[in-house]
Amino acid sequence: MNAKPMALPNSVIEFRGVTYRVPPANGHALVSDISFAVHAGETLVLLGRSGSGKTTILKLTNRLLLPSAGHVLVSDRSTSDWDPIRLRRGIGYVIQEAGLFPHFTVAENVGLVPALENWDSGRIARRVEELLRLVGLDPGEFAARRPRELSGGQRQRVGVARALAADPPILLMDEPFGALDPVTRSELQREFSALARRLGKTIVFVTHDLREALLLASRIALLEAGRIVAVGTPQEFLHIDHPEVHAFTASLTTSLVTQPGAST
Amino acid sequence: MTTWSFFLEHHAEIFDTTLEHLTLVIIAMAFAILIGVPLGMFVVQRPALRTLALGIASILQTVPSLALFGFLIPIPFIGGIGRRTAIVALVLYAILPILRNTYVGLTGIDPSVLEAAEAMGMTDAQILWRVRLPLALAVILAGIRTATVITIGVATIAAVIGAGGLGTFIFRGVAMVSDAVILAGAIPAALLAILADLLLGLLERKLKVS
Repeated sequence: MNAKPMALPNSVIEFRGVTYRVPPANGHALVSDISFAVHAGETLVLLGRSGSGKTTILKLTNRLLLPSAGHVLVSDRSTSDWDPIRLRRGIGYVIQEAGLFPHFTVAENVGLVPALENWDSGRIARRVEELLRLVGLDPGEFAARRPRELSGGQRQRVGVARALAADPPILLMDEPFGALDPVTRSELQREFSALARRLGKTIVFVTHDLREALLLASRIALLEAGRIVAVGTPQEFLHIDHPEVHAFTASLTTSLVTQPGAST
Repeated sequence: MTTWSFFLEHHAEIFDTTLEHLTLVIIAMAFAILIGVPLGMFVVQRPALRTLALGIASILQTVPSLALFGFLIPIPFIGGIGRRTAIVALVLYAILPILRNTYVGLTGIDPSVLEAAEAMGMTDAQILWRVRLPLALAVILAGIRTATVITIGVATIAAVIGAGGLGTFIFRGVAMVSDAVILAGAIPAALLAILADLLLGLLERKLKVS
């Protein structure tokens, strides 16, 4: 890997002045002049309303999109220099609807990347079992099921297990708990927060829920209309004086009133 | 002569002709699948080619079958009198439903599944073979089923250009003004179509993943 002298030694993901425009080249910009770094082992939460550019940043990170301007560095190397397949195999990806393969069993879903990486079947089976336990699913009960035989919460657990399968150093998560009912959601949030601390992965987590951001983040980056308008640790974030931060903190007090059980 | 006694008297001939008909259909369907499915896979990522291929296949299907057999007779290599010409015409007819369903099946997949596949580092070929194709299989099979039923029907007309099959009885019966002879062709043809529809329908249900 050709380490560039400019890069911070421990920044795993770095955006340098990144703009992404919808093709054609002069189209509408989904993100504009974005710069930030994610350090090894931290969880950066991208917070913002729908359409603020959060998902675009994730897709730029694993090269589902290439920047129109600027550079996205993963492990000190521009995503345009990475072989996209190699890059993506090292990055776990969890999305809202889980995107599980409906024709695969739970075990086949979780074991897919190891299978693509040509692990032998015994090693895959052991890894699948280990991961299902890690996300709180009994392998004996769930390994042979199909995604349609799972609840929404169970599907998301499988989605997380699948993303972790080949032990990637980076996890990208796009509102993974967004479609769940409030009780299941806070259950998964708490479990995941403990899991994330234990695993030491570098995580970029997208959400529009400030409460979720405060629970999971090492740092929060707030996006508004494709630009980062505020960055800080959860403690700092609540005291940042910016209208969009106020908009989100206002939503937080409302949600605490309407969900008293979730305030722990 | 009653229909029943004609059937009894000629059961061996009816059976052989049914087999001949079935062979015609199977050969035509094999070619149609071998052309239609890969063509569908090929045009999925190529919008211009897709419009062209589906357009041509649609036009071919609007040509009356009798006319299509007629058109093919003077064409060298694929034309002339006999089975080969009939098979070419049947293939041309069967391609559209197969091609269209292959395309629809491959494109009608939940986008989040395809996004996950790409984000997990699957190559385009792996996505096609391991995700798109298995998920499209039930839809493709539905196209094959439609095409098979059409082909069994159209193949009866192939008798006019000397391809044999159950159409032989039908045209002979029309010429003889004999219901019994017409039915000796029509009933087995209808049964073949119903049976094919039923069996392929069963297979389709088995392959369906919700």
